[in-house]
Amino acid sequence: MRWKEVELSGWGRVLKNTAQLARPEKDADLRAVLADTPCPAIGAGRSYGDAGVVGGQAISTARLDRIIGFDPDKAQVTVEPGARIADLLAVLAPHGVMPAVMPGTGFATVGGCIANDVHGKNHHGAGSFGQHIARIDLMLPDGTPKTVSPESALFKATVGGLGQTGVILSATLKLAPCSSRLIQVDERRAPGLSSFMTMLHDSPATFCVGWIDATATGAALGRGILEEAELTSSAMSPKRRTSRRVPFDAPAFALSPPTVRAFNRAYFNRVPANGRGVLRALEDFFFPLDKIHDWNRLYGKRGFHQFQCVLPDETAEPTLHAMLTLIADAGLASPLAVLKRTGPGRAGYLSFPMQGYTLALDFPHSGAAVALVARLNAMTLDAGGRIYFAKDSLATPQQAAAMYPDLPKWRKQVAGADPHATMTTDLVRRLSLRGDA
Amino acid sequence: MAEVWIILGASSSMGRAFARKVAAEGHHLVLAARDAADIARTAADCMARGAPSAVPVTFDIRDTTSFAAIIAAAQTPGQPINTAVFIGSMPTQADIDADPALGDTTIYDSFTGPAHFLTLLAPHMEAHKTGTVIGIGSVAGDRGRIGNYTYGAAKAGFHTYLSGLRNRLTRAGGHVVTVKPGFTDTAMTWGLPGMFLVATPEAVADDLWRAHLKRRDVIYTPWFWRIIMGIICAIPERVFKKLGI
Repeated sequence: MRWKEVELSGWGRVLKNTAQLARPEKDADLRAVLADTPCPAIGAGRSYGDAGVVGGQAISTARLDRIIGFDPDKAQVTVEPGARIADLLAVLAPHGVMPAVMPGTGFATVGGCIANDVHGKNHHGAGSFGQHIARIDLMLPDGTPKTVSPESALFKATVGGLGQTGVILSATLKLAPCSSRLIQVDERRAPGLSSFMTMLHDSPATFCVGWIDATATGAALGRGILEEAELTSSAMSPKRRTSRRVPFDAPAFALSPPTVRAFNRAYFNRVPANGRGVLRALEDFFFPLDKIHDWNRLYGKRGFHQFQCVLPDETAEPTLHAMLTLIADAGLASPLAVLKRTGPGRAGYLSFPMQGYTLALDFPHSGAAVALVARLNAMTLDAGGRIYFAKDSLATPQQAAAMYPDLPKWRKQVAGADPHATMTTDLVRRLSLRGDA
Repeated sequence: MAEVWIILGASSSMGRAFARKVAAEGHHLVLAARDAADIARTAADCMARGAPSAVPVTFDIRDTTSFAAIIAAAQTPGQPINTAVFIGSMPTQADIDADPALGDTTIYDSFTGPAHFLTLLAPHMEAHKTGTVIGIGSVAGDRGRIGNYTYGAAKAGFHTYLSGLRNRLTRAGGHVVTVKPGFTDTAMTWGLPGMFLVATPEAVADDLWRAHLKRRDVIYTPWFWRIIMGIICAIPERVFKKLGI
């Protein structure tokens, strides 16, 4: 196997490292590389911080992307680790099924979805990605293949486990019914934070997500647009939005506070005061930004940080109020901001979700943004919440340990599976997730 | 109407991408390669993507007795046979210089082996009075360069063979597309120095399908390699012989 020197970076383009990357295309080659050189696998590089960044040797799963078993009657599919979510949706939807949980980008790989136990717009009802897995075929770092079933402790350490238990050879996913290629989306304005949270809490919709205006202040603080969606029974092929590519790094003024404020006002007012219903292609609803390839370049060469926290019901409202006040005053946020209700569903020791509310925001990289995210991380910890490793670039080891009470259980499994720490990534090192061992 | 496509070299990056394209278009597949486990996976993948059937057949270009099973698997009454050939080997010129026998296998894998298979297949295609052969050549076959002239010579030979086969099959209602890919992002080229303007296998597969539909004779993929190779071929030999490109 030939190794290629590449610069790996998170989707936020702030954290980077140089790796020697192998890119096997066959299962046999993947096993051979691992037996020879145990090293972590990386997927699509869609984690924002350094969850998928490695210095030293790594394996790209980009070309291991096949559907190797599909049973429409059992509604299960077995895939190689590099299979992408949007590809699965496109192939499976005509058969009347789809992945039960889909993250906000269809470029994410199944391996990455498992390693981060991702959630989607249906988390409040459907739970996390890892809760819809029938089995994982793993190659342990010592070269032993192992089938991991959902009851085992190794499964809980693998799902959401940031790739530290070994490399996924294949995974069998339990699929959800998909009645159509079109989805009915109802959009309503939420005038302020407290009403927004009530609307999210009371929504009966299968898919529910909120866009939040992180520049609004005063009575409008926390205003936004609630999107509730249900599959339809239409068999018609949808009209897709056309893809565009961001051809160059945008200049800094593209996301200056006046621009963002004006954009957010227009975006809020685009939905009529009494709401509206629209029909969308599934892909356009589930992966809203995928039509703009390389959208991370909109933040310019400096890159950006994403902050995502989840807060428990008890502390969510005052904490979100304080966070949004701080964010609006700082004037650093971009228009990409999401508020969502989460359920209790999680499948691994280090899974992100808990019952409550999750807030996600992007900040163009600067000293002020770094300081702001540090404060938001501290507020999250104080409120009994946690931050999302798939997004994080700025948390501390102490915060990570305090936010994830099952960390010792995870460490025990990982120490057993990978005693020589061959699977370590930059994030695991930065947050000392594996402890001092 | 569904047709049959033989993919010779279905484990290669380009072969796999083209098999997926054929599957999405709803045609039957016969997937031939050395690695049985790998083509079984690709067969399952192609079935999920829309192929009404996908039959893996284990074959080795260096074992001509393995050819008959492929042709047998492709025989369905009333269904025209098409073939895409993604076979070849590309050791470095330095390795060949150190071991001339490696040059023989390069020429066999990239030219005479595939030509042997196509010669066996041609009568079956003529019988259907239709069908396309897509042969993967290389821009390296357009001019002998210091870096890979044995491989280039093999591909040049294959180009000429395909040209003659086109002449033959056209009379029977069939067609032959000669494909000259530039640098493509495959397992064969991963990590090689000096790669630029690299195309994805998916983009190449789309170009092949379009060339099949439009019955193009010779294509470069991506298209701009026609211009690059036009320039390279225009350099007088007395100058070219001193260049290191």
